[in-house]
Amino acid sequence: MNTRPLDQFLFIALPYVCLFTFLLMTIYRYRHQSFSYSSLSSQFLENKQHFWAVVPFHYGILAVTAGHVIAILIPRSILAWNSHPLRLYVLEISALACGLLTLIGLISIIIRRGAMTRIRKVTSVSDWILFAMLLIQTASGVFIALFHPWGSSWFATNMSPYLWSIFKLNPDISFITAMPYMVKLHIVLAFLTVGFFPFTRLVHLLVIPNPYLWRKTQVVRWYGRR
Amino acid sequence: MQIRSQISMVFHLDKCIGCHTCSVACKNVWTDRKGAEYMWWNNVETKPGTGFPTKWEDQEKYKGGFERNDDGSLSIKSTSRKKIIPNIFHNPHMPSMDDYYEPWTYDYQNLFTAKEGSDQPTAEPISMIDGEKIDVQSGPNWDDDLGGSEIYAANDPNLEGLTEQQRLQLSSVERLVFFYLPRICNHCLNPCCVASCPSGALYKRGEDGIVLIDQQKCRAWRSCVAACPYKKTYFNWFTGKSEKCILCFPRLETGQAPACFHSCVGRIRYLGVLLYDADRLEEVAKLPDDQLVEGQRSLIMNPHDPAVIAQAKKDGLPDGVIEAAQNSPVYKFVMEWKIALPPHIEYRTLPMLFYVPPMSPVQASKPADTIHHNSNNLFHDIDDSRVPMKFLANLFGGGQEGVVRYALAKQKAVRWHRRAETVGDIDRETADRMLREANCTREEADAIYKLTALCTYEERFVIPPMNREQAIEMMKEPHEHRAETGFGFVGGQTKGI
Repeated sequence: MNTRPLDQFLFIALPYVCLFTFLLMTIYRYRHQSFSYSSLSSQFLENKQHFWAVVPFHYGILAVTAGHVIAILIPRSILAWNSHPLRLYVLEISALACGLLTLIGLISIIIRRGAMTRIRKVTSVSDWILFAMLLIQTASGVFIALFHPWGSSWFATNMSPYLWSIFKLNPDISFITAMPYMVKLHIVLAFLTVGFFPFTRLVHLLVIPNPYLWRKTQVVRWYGRR
Repeated sequence: MQIRSQISMVFHLDKCIGCHTCSVACKNVWTDRKGAEYMWWNNVETKPGTGFPTKWEDQEKYKGGFERNDDGSLSIKSTSRKKIIPNIFHNPHMPSMDDYYEPWTYDYQNLFTAKEGSDQPTAEPISMIDGEKIDVQSGPNWDDDLGGSEIYAANDPNLEGLTEQQRLQLSSVERLVFFYLPRICNHCLNPCCVASCPSGALYKRGEDGIVLIDQQKCRAWRSCVAACPYKKTYFNWFTGKSEKCILCFPRLETGQAPACFHSCVGRIRYLGVLLYDADRLEEVAKLPDDQLVEGQRSLIMNPHDPAVIAQAKKDGLPDGVIEAAQNSPVYKFVMEWKIALPPHIEYRTLPMLFYVPPMSPVQASKPADTIHHNSNNLFHDIDDSRVPMKFLANLFGGGQEGVVRYALAKQKAVRWHRRAETVGDIDRETADRMLREANCTREEADAIYKLTALCTYEERFVIPPMNREQAIEMMKEPHEHRAETGFGFVGGQTKGI
């Protein structure tokens, strides 16, 4: 395999460093600092712009992330869906729309956090680093959607096998070495975000309140069993 | 029937002088921290007034508490299992800091560091959040004593249903009136905050019914703040966790009254155990508005009844708790004398803090200049008192005037009875008629008088055995517990990797 050392570092070493950091640090933080697992909402300090920033961002990024995950899980079905041009257009345009929604939401969040002194006080350094990473990531994603089109198809043919090779501990970067630089940036930043995840407020993702859907309405705790 | 024990409270409003000692005691012990500066787990409001946060009783605005649907089922006004997903990013009913106030301090340093000039340096107010200078627009007790105010008193949500004349009377000079309403968490039987928490971080302690927030599990989804109709869960903007009154459980566990109770100058506060039937909770919470006060009373069990005692023992309540329930001052006020009433029971959370409604001065607009006590209707000045009955009923009776009138009439009869006993300028016959009409006996009147006016610390606070050791014994085989405890592990003993 004729690959450059830089590619080997960025697409083999870095992903594993980031994935293991994610795995170990989220568990460590949950066990030793579970108090710090919080969404750290700032809605209490400012209640109006909050809606226009947080809501588009969350719906946008949830849809975009779900799209990526689905493409990793079922690449063949995506390719089959895309075999009709019209369906391909529908998928690409809705993905782009979700990306733009995320971008608009994220920019609103950054403006809100930067412009209001109250909110700036509850914004940490790690928040600002995270915002910068997410901003570049989202912007590069939108750029790719616009200028390297039919990503839903080439993600299925190239990215999915690459990612699966990473997960299977048998990395094969031949799928992606020829990718444009913007796509490479998107991949590297994605892994960096995963690695940075346990040091940020993003951990609230891991504690989404699913028990609410089936637990009893009232919660009673006893010292001992009963 | 399933009997549980609940630490319950009575605030005797007729004795409250509005000194805020309780608020200060609580603030010093619990909320003198970054992120909690604006919180008042205990606060004292002037009624009529808008309270804290501003107009908290206006559920059109805040959407707190439960509502009863057409089919008789209950749902949380601000959230539900379906609404939790859209609400989690932005809670549409979450109050913001502007509904409370922005905490501030003063720039004292400026007094030392100001450059020499022609004026005295001043310590300007600065925000405790961002440190910037602020123009203070509102603060704790901003409407203190402002009965009659057109900004505050006139906007009290409890004025609903009052006639124009009654409202005018409440704000006219020399006739205006106000009383105080100290408020802490009600430690409800059907807490809306607990029911709304997506993380399950809020819970009711099984042994004593204290409602707490598990700080380790709270994820700042903010549902409890919106859901509590009394607005007694607060969001700590610094730690990103919700907090609330913990009824000073560390004090209770060592046999001391909570800080606000202990410090109360007017000795208006009573604390004791009530036994209640947990199986009927849901049924009662669903009753129509006009049956809620009676419904809640029907939940509370007589701790002297042998059948109740037997069931309580079967349900694991130790003898000490049952004994405490038998001596509970709260049981006397709420169940025996029926002069203490729950606040806003129409929110359907079944609050376990009860208020003895206050007597108020009679109207000054009587036809004659003096009040004629010897008219045929001895209770005439209860209905003619300056605080309209409807106002008190909105606050304490779920809109029902009957229960409030009963409580006030009995209090008045006690005064006549004691006056006949001690001063003697009222004849015994009139006093007895008064007692009869208020459904009160001489013995009962003396007991009310004694627990109201001459009560000792031990009579006001009957704290059940609830220190940790006893609480564990309640639920666990002591020998088994002995073998596991005493090593100081917080998270439980686990074997290392």
